[in-house]
Amino acid sequence: MTKEELKNTLTTINNQFTFEDGGEWLNVLVPYNALKSLATHLFAEPVFNFNYLFCLTCVDWRTHLTMVYHLTSLQWQHNLVVKVILNRDKPEVDTLSDIWKTAEFLEREVFELFGVHFHHHPDLRRLILTDDFKGWPLRKDFEDPVNMIKL
Amino acid sequence: MHEVVGTTPKGDFIINVGPQHPATHGVLHLVITLEGETIKKIEPHLGYIHRSIEKMCESLTYRQFIYVTSRMDYLSAHINNHACALCVEKGLQVDVPLRAQYIRVLLDELTRIASHELWWGAMAMDVGAFTPFFYAFRERETINEIMEETCGARLTMNYMVPGGVMADIHPAFQQKVKKFIQQYKKKIDEYNELVTGNIIFQNRMKGVGYLSPENAISYGCSGPVARASGVACDVRKRYPYDVYNQVQFDEVIETGGDSFARYLVRIGEMQQSVRIIEQLIDAIPQGDFQAKTKAVIKLPKGEFYQRVETARGELGVYIVSEGGTTPYRIKFRSPGFCNLSALNEMAKGGKIGDLVATMGTLDLVIPDIDR
Amino acid sequence: MFSLESIKNTVQNWLQLHVGASMALVIESILLGILVIILFAVLGLVLVFMERKVSAVMQIRIGPNRVGPRGWLQTSADTLKLMLKEGLTPDGADKFLFNLAPFIIMIAAMLIMIPIAFAKNFQIWDINIGVLYISSVASVSVIAILMAGWSSNNKFSLLGAMRSGAQIISYELSAGISVITMVILTQSLSVNEIIASQENGWWIFKGHIPAIIAFIIFMIAVTAETNRAPFDLAEAESELTAGFHTEYSGMKFALFFLAEYINIFIVCAVASILFFGGWMPFHIGNWQTFNHIMDYIPSSIWFFGKTFLLIGLIMWFRWTFPRLRIDQLLNLEWKYLLPISLANMLLMTVIAILKWYL
Repeated sequence: MTKEELKNTLTTINNQFTFEDGGEWLNVLVPYNALKSLATHLFAEPVFNFNYLFCLTCVDWRTHLTMVYHLTSLQWQHNLVVKVILNRDKPEVDTLSDIWKTAEFLEREVFELFGVHFHHHPDLRRLILTDDFKGWPLRKDFEDPVNMIKL
Repeated sequence: MHEVVGTTPKGDFIINVGPQHPATHGVLHLVITLEGETIKKIEPHLGYIHRSIEKMCESLTYRQFIYVTSRMDYLSAHINNHACALCVEKGLQVDVPLRAQYIRVLLDELTRIASHELWWGAMAMDVGAFTPFFYAFRERETINEIMEETCGARLTMNYMVPGGVMADIHPAFQQKVKKFIQQYKKKIDEYNELVTGNIIFQNRMKGVGYLSPENAISYGCSGPVARASGVACDVRKRYPYDVYNQVQFDEVIETGGDSFARYLVRIGEMQQSVRIIEQLIDAIPQGDFQAKTKAVIKLPKGEFYQRVETARGELGVYIVSEGGTTPYRIKFRSPGFCNLSALNEMAKGGKIGDLVATMGTLDLVIPDIDR
Repeated sequence: MFSLESIKNTVQNWLQLHVGASMALVIESILLGILVIILFAVLGLVLVFMERKVSAVMQIRIGPNRVGPRGWLQTSADTLKLMLKEGLTPDGADKFLFNLAPFIIMIAAMLIMIPIAFAKNFQIWDINIGVLYISSVASVSVIAILMAGWSSNNKFSLLGAMRSGAQIISYELSAGISVITMVILTQSLSVNEIIASQENGWWIFKGHIPAIIAFIIFMIAVTAETNRAPFDLAEAESELTAGFHTEYSGMKFALFFLAEYINIFIVCAVASILFFGGWMPFHIGNWQTFNHIMDYIPSSIWFFGKTFLLIGLIMWFRWTFPRLRIDQLLNLEWKYLLPISLANMLLMTVIAILKWYL
């Protein structure tokens, strides 16, 4: 499906979705409680068949966090970027690791670097940092007086 | 006499493979639950070489951050640089001169061969054969010398810059590459004789570390790992960049899904790389090696994503720009990270020896996983 | 002509003449002990150097070439380094067993030296059950390995030791049966008589196909028994770091290392005795002149030549093959080697009864 077709089909599913223009691929902004149902739909529906989650990350916009999911379909070769805006003070969202297993590790990474809590994640532990580490390193307000590079 | 340390309440045996262990080729730490010698569960613990390159890049300019990325997957530094350069170019919307594109693809493929060479040697060493390691380094050395002449460095080349390549190729580059390719074709046959056909090696590899196509997709595996499970995912074919759409090559796909299939895919890829190089080496057009770009690069506000095929799989560079001289947020989607996440699925139920064979064919580079 | 036998006789006669028969025995025993230890040291140095050079040739390298002429002193320097290193004992280890294990493995290796004939009439003790003695003492080394692995209190060591136990005990069967296959032919367990029976041709040529099968099985089994690649599962450095000797350092490690090479020497010596006539020169039936020419080469050179050729074969294995997995290793033994060697033994018995050999 092309960008336009994807946009139209997604609008028919739920008219709450907003779309960001520009960029290579279609960006869809989803309320955080609608993510899980949309993801299930995108994965299971044969017209979408977004079976490959190739990037999962988070962006700190200082006022809020945005989860970014890059999806592609190996069958149809179309791409979609799903974004979820989270509350910066208490970021939480449903896990997608039961749909795409790769999300398990990627979410663990986001959890410890951004402090996003993933509901129903099977094993939400620290992956990279030590257990006693304080703070969320990839957030913009993180300050480390020792190890930071400042140019 | 002594208390039994490191067992779970159920009496399973837990061993720590790494962070210092010969088979992990780096500081990967795996906590393995064993029952006898059979693996019940593998938990990777990462971060021993985590330098937070993503955070570092946020304070580096678009010209500077490319050099840091050489240190991610140091075995395919060229391809990492290439990905970043392409991503910045996408934001700037500059057209790269054809000559630069040819050079980039040529160096990418040479890097791929060098990386697969090292993998081949290290993998053979993992299953207990020492000699192939030296054979692999013999050929890798030739590539490194070619790289050194043209790029000035052997491992972290930092040769690709936004807009093209940093300098023109060395005058002897084409001739040396052609000579290398001539010799190299025979060497692949030698590899097949020494390792591929060996009955012990095949027994160690066949049916080991099986990854089904569904799992390969679900775990986000890419590169040879996914292609060995029959998943066509070569970025060079699906989303061609630079001159990959102008060259003829096959996407090597095996359906076995086991370690031997992964092995065959990589051997096949070396041959395909040779094929690509042969098509391009004589056809490098004259012209500029770099497009004109401003000294201080400012990317327009927006998000840019570029994926390339490294030797290990699909590398994604995701740049979020606020319009400044440094990226607001940068994310590297590293192939090794996702491939590693499938390790538990692959090695469960096997022996420790199988784990080593599986890890060997995953071709893990730890700085790439940790970033 | 130079021969070890004449030196031995001269020393013996001189001692008996000067200190009396009983005192001579005591002094001879002490001398023998010293000689065996010297032989150990020299063999260790030579074999390690040989291994490094052989591997270098196979791996398109040069190998050690700095210390001494052509690198000959490299292994001596290594030994010196190992001797100067601290022999650590891990905190959680069972200290008694931990420190005992390297000595047991060395003593076991030393004991096997007794019945081996290094040259004509040059043997420490010609026991009439020589070959049986070798087989039985060789199996003591597994105890040392299990001891080392268990007492280290290290899980990799324990896994390595358990693998080693399973492996050595299984492969001893094949090795033993191959030896018995040849004993059926020679009809003696004494090393001297086995060698003497090959005067008109080595058993590998006279024994028809069963002897060749027995030789191949013996070589495979002893490679496994000495924990050499492709059967080095007890060490399996890419899997278990260093297996049973992970925790050993300094001279204690060196003893394990040395014992491995001594064991290789011994099994190759046994193979050369059983199949290639030990010190017996290359004789062809009744070709008197040819046999006489062959006799001019000293028997010690024949013995060491054959043994080192076989050692070279085992080193070739090591640097060519990948390692087997533990279940494949045991499958190979119990499903293939053992039935084949049993059938082979039966075949050999038929040959021996019908006297099909010369």
